[in-house]
Amino acid sequence: MTAEQIIFLLFAALVLVSALMVVIVRNLLHAALWLVVSLFGVAVLYAILQANFLAVVQVVVYIGAIAILFIFAVMLTRREAMEKGRQTRNNWWIPAMLGLLILTGLVVLIFNFPNVEQTAAALPVGLDTLQALGIALVSPDAYVLPFEVASVLMLAALVGAVYVATVDKK
Amino acid sequence: MSIPLAWYLVLAAALFCIGLYGVLSRKNAIAILLCIELMLNAVNINLVAFWRYQNPAQMAGQAFAVIVFAVAAAEVAVGLALIISVYRRRKTVVADEINLMKW
Repeated sequence: MTAEQIIFLLFAALVLVSALMVVIVRNLLHAALWLVVSLFGVAVLYAILQANFLAVVQVVVYIGAIAILFIFAVMLTRREAMEKGRQTRNNWWIPAMLGLLILTGLVVLIFNFPNVEQTAAALPVGLDTLQALGIALVSPDAYVLPFEVASVLMLAALVGAVYVATVDKK
Repeated sequence: MSIPLAWYLVLAAALFCIGLYGVLSRKNAIAILLCIELMLNAVNINLVAFWRYQNPAQMAGQAFAVIVFAVAAAEVAVGLALIISVYRRRKTVVADEINLMKW
């Protein structure tokens, strides 16, 4: 077992354990903090996959913006009764069985996939992935249309969020 | 790069199923959004892993991972704004009690 595999397994375990804590922990603020740990583990996995830009964006956007937004929302809507009682539905075992069923199905499917045991070849010499990503996102031959659609979606969502969350002054 | 592709796919499948369980079982609307973030992250792991293992010169995987980031941010912004707005009017964030549009 190589060092890379050990690092992968450690961080994969970190991601899964903290994801489980997000799901089962009672205090919502703690759940949001566990989500930060999980997102950080995913950022490390991106770094192992040599997607350096995405690893940085994961930390900046997910941990820096989204997780903080969650923590603010938790603090704005906190109520003592919510902290005390059960946080899951009474029939929580149905989703649990469904999740296990889908997981089993996916794992069986994955191992029936061709070439699934392959390891990655080294990156082609001279390929600057950051430059290639930047060109792909603005090139008309590649993904400029999805990129612009995502920008418009983002703008519309933020304007809508401000509108929805504003207090009525009537 | 000595890690088989299957490891990433199994990890992403497990993360997705944990998120799915959370979405279906938790009562608090904010907790449901947290679990949706977990599911989106599982999708992103898959996209980046396939980019790395299939053809790194073709940037489709990373480009769509970036778009998933943008969609996740938009979804959280709108979702939390809606939850805060509902909380102001009805003093609850429990998904079962927000049944205004249920018929």
